Amino acid sequence: MATTTDKTPAKNGVNTEALIAAREALAKAPQAAQFKWRATNEWKNGTFSHSTVEGYFGLGQEQRHKKAFTFDADHPEVFAAEDRGITPVEYVLVGLASCLTAGIAAVAQHRNIQLRSVKATIEGDMDIQGILGIDSDVRNGYNGIRVSYDIDADAKREDIEALVAQSQKRSAVYDIVTNPTNVTVVVN
Amino acid sequence: MSRCLTERSIDHVVLERGEVANSWRTERWDSLRLLTPNWQSRLPGFTYQGDDPDGYRTLPEVIDFIAGYAKTIAAPVRTHTAVTSVRSTEAGYLVRTDQDDWSCRTLVIASGACNIAEIPAFAARVPSSVTQLTGQQYRNPGQLADGGVLVVGASSSGTQIAHEIQRSGRPVTLSVGEHIRAPRVYRGKDLEWWMDAAGVLDERYDQVDDIGRARRVPSLQLAGTPDRTTLDLNALTSIGVKLVGRVAGITEDGKAQFAGSLRNMCALSDLKMRRLLDAFDEWARANGIDDGNEPPHRLPPTRVEDSPPLGLDLAGGGIKSIVWATGYRPDYSWLEVPVLDRKGLIRHDGGVVDAPGLYLMGAVFLRRRKSTLIDGAGDDARELSAHLASYLDGSVARMTA
Repeated sequence: MATTTDKTPAKNGVNTEALIAAREALAKAPQAAQFKWRATNEWKNGTFSHSTVEGYFGLGQEQRHKKAFTFDADHPEVFAAEDRGITPVEYVLVGLASCLTAGIAAVAQHRNIQLRSVKATIEGDMDIQGILGIDSDVRNGYNGIRVSYDIDADAKREDIEALVAQSQKRSAVYDIVTNPTNVTVVVN
Repeated sequence: MSRCLTERSIDHVVLERGEVANSWRTERWDSLRLLTPNWQSRLPGFTYQGDDPDGYRTLPEVIDFIAGYAKTIAAPVRTHTAVTSVRSTEAGYLVRTDQDDWSCRTLVIASGACNIAEIPAFAARVPSSVTQLTGQQYRNPGQLADGGVLVVGASSSGTQIAHEIQRSGRPVTLSVGEHIRAPRVYRGKDLEWWMDAAGVLDERYDQVDDIGRARRVPSLQLAGTPDRTTLDLNALTSIGVKLVGRVAGITEDGKAQFAGSLRNMCALSDLKMRRLLDAFDEWARANGIDDGNEPPHRLPPTRVEDSPPLGLDLAGGGIKSIVWATGYRPDYSWLEVPVLDRKGLIRHDGGVVDAPGLYLMGAVFLRRRKSTLIDGAGDDARELSAHLASYLDGSVARMTA
């Protein structure tokens, strides 16, 4: 039943050997797999705020990104704001799409599928009667999110569909968006 | 294993907590049929002789079959003897039971992979107005109050239970996580025929890419339907079963929350089924048995409504019962030999346990994909009994399979 292929190894820029080695190492040392991701956020003015992401914890110690990354968030002019950054709900779309795309690249590398182009369009439906407090039966968040992928790769259509399905199965942001999470907010 | 030990003149005893085929007598629902066809239950020196090779044994027939085999091979079974502890001694193992104690040089653990029904911790938050059963406790729809039923889990047990409850007039909501869809009959042959003939069931534990993953794959969504129909999610929705995502949690006020991943769960399953059928078609072509078979075909994709519900108020009266068909795990609470991994499963190499003279049978993908099938016991027992015999005569001291 085994099939063999003698095509040249795919080059998607994902170091799967390192990922597989990490998976084996962490299976033996599950405490090192405990990560904490962090961001700080500071109000500027109106609905405009500024976030910074730099440090995180993982592999048993504090870690740092190569530099501090910063993000501006605001609301658009139709909300009577100044549109100095994308809205927080759009950051959620960015997070979901970039997580799924990263997963597609990693799974493709592991399955030796050469990607040529991967493009996602992501759209979420929201009834803003929820956030405006007009109708308490309407939820604040998205009613539904659709992601549509255009993928050019060295593989059959069903293998590409399998990449996208497997990426959802292993995606952290997909899990965060599709399942409930306990959130604790405190005032110091 | 008893039959193989007898063949090798190895003195042994089989300890059984109840009657032979105990879990089939006490832990199965009434309408359950074996998932594998009659012809496939081949035990050493014992094959199907009846006139319905393609049928699926009913529960009483399975019990008769196993009890009949025990009698045929004159297995030295001590019934109503429950093992209470097993510990290592200098000579081997000390087995304490509720009857008497045994000491032995070698020990085969064949206590099953499905002793304890696994239910999520948040089941404790289900309102007391809702009756909860596991797949082990469920017997028939008559046990349940009239009204809605939430069946959690869409593998083999969950789909069969959902089917008969829906048919009893109680509307079923089925919570669907990861599952493996499969047609009962493909191109005129039972799915198990394809799995057997194409060698899938004989794949060995030391030949698959990732045995850890292979051992975690959920069981095939098969049913031993008398009319050999396929019982998949489309068959269930066509009789009115409502599909929702995996139960992700239950809130303090008794609302079940369902994951928004239903569509992907179904897509993954459809893709896996297509890959399996592709492999069968390829095997049939390569082996020149395309003639006489129906041509290749594919089942339509699993239908999922546009916006499946994400929550259900369990206290609202619409749901009277929940059946948890969320999997099983083995019970090794009596095993005092330090051979368990961090998930509570026995560390072993193809059934040769990480302790001298200790063996395991019947675990998922123990030595082959068929290790949990009745049909898989023979090959595993032949090989493990050979290892056990070499251990006894001193030619293997260390664990190697």
